Amino acid sequence: MLGGGLAGLILGGMQQIAVVPMILEAETYETGGSEESEATPGDEAEVEPWAPEDGAERTFWTVLNSMLVGIGFGLLLSACYALRGRVTWKGGILWGLAGFAVFNLAPSLGLPPELPGDAAAGLEQRQVWWVLTAAVTAAGLWIIAFQPKPYLKLFGVALLVLPHVFGAPHPEVHGGLVPDELRTSFAIATMLTNAVFWVLLGVFTALLYRHFGGEAEDPATA
Amino acid sequence: MSTVQNTKHMSASAQTTMVTMDTVLAVSAAILIGTLIIGAVGFAAPEVVHSAAHDLRHGLVFPCH
Repeated sequence: MLGGGLAGLILGGMQQIAVVPMILEAETYETGGSEESEATPGDEAEVEPWAPEDGAERTFWTVLNSMLVGIGFGLLLSACYALRGRVTWKGGILWGLAGFAVFNLAPSLGLPPELPGDAAAGLEQRQVWWVLTAAVTAAGLWIIAFQPKPYLKLFGVALLVLPHVFGAPHPEVHGGLVPDELRTSFAIATMLTNAVFWVLLGVFTALLYRHFGGEAEDPATA
Repeated sequence: MSTVQNTKHMSASAQTTMVTMDTVLAVSAAILIGTLIIGAVGFAAPEVVHSAAHDLRHGLVFPCH
């Protein structure tokens, strides 16, 4: 939890520098559009019951949520370490990269990073596809990494490919209100910040797992 | 003699079972809590939750809006 919180804090910091300015820029396109269009969920602050004020309050909530999500992902990594027995910090890097592949890379192959104002298919469909893709990718990677038999590894590769053959839900009309350059640099920024976050999370959780979890578990039950 | 060995063997295997049960419990709890947190921050529908986590959801490449 400590490692997750710390990596989440760093993620929050990186996002504030690299990612959030682009979201804010995109929102100027979003709110600049026609006010009455309810299909594009623009102008949240006015329509919704509560939204954090821009500035310090908004930053606070984003960073707090980054830490929470860091703890959440950290718990998942720790669970993997416990299942595998031991872990080194170098192993932590690999686990982190696997997490990046499962939760960022694979889903974004089908659903590119979105900015406010982007056209996209229905939210629930996309969330379902996202969750299934992450789950199937995780299973595929696990099988490839830990199953010795070649035909099982092939099955793992098939699992990795499956969600992309099936295809992500896409909107009927592509594009959005945001210029393409902004969307491209947003995609690069999110991928980079998330990759760094996952590697740090892997290393932190691996080191802390060795200190607390991994060694405390054995004597406690012996 | 063989009874003693048997008892030793049994208690050893009982311990192994306890360790694995503990691990299973810990792993399940970690996965459950982790998934709940990620679900709440990344996917929960209520507008208030969405608004608070909005920028992060975009930053994590989660589906948003």
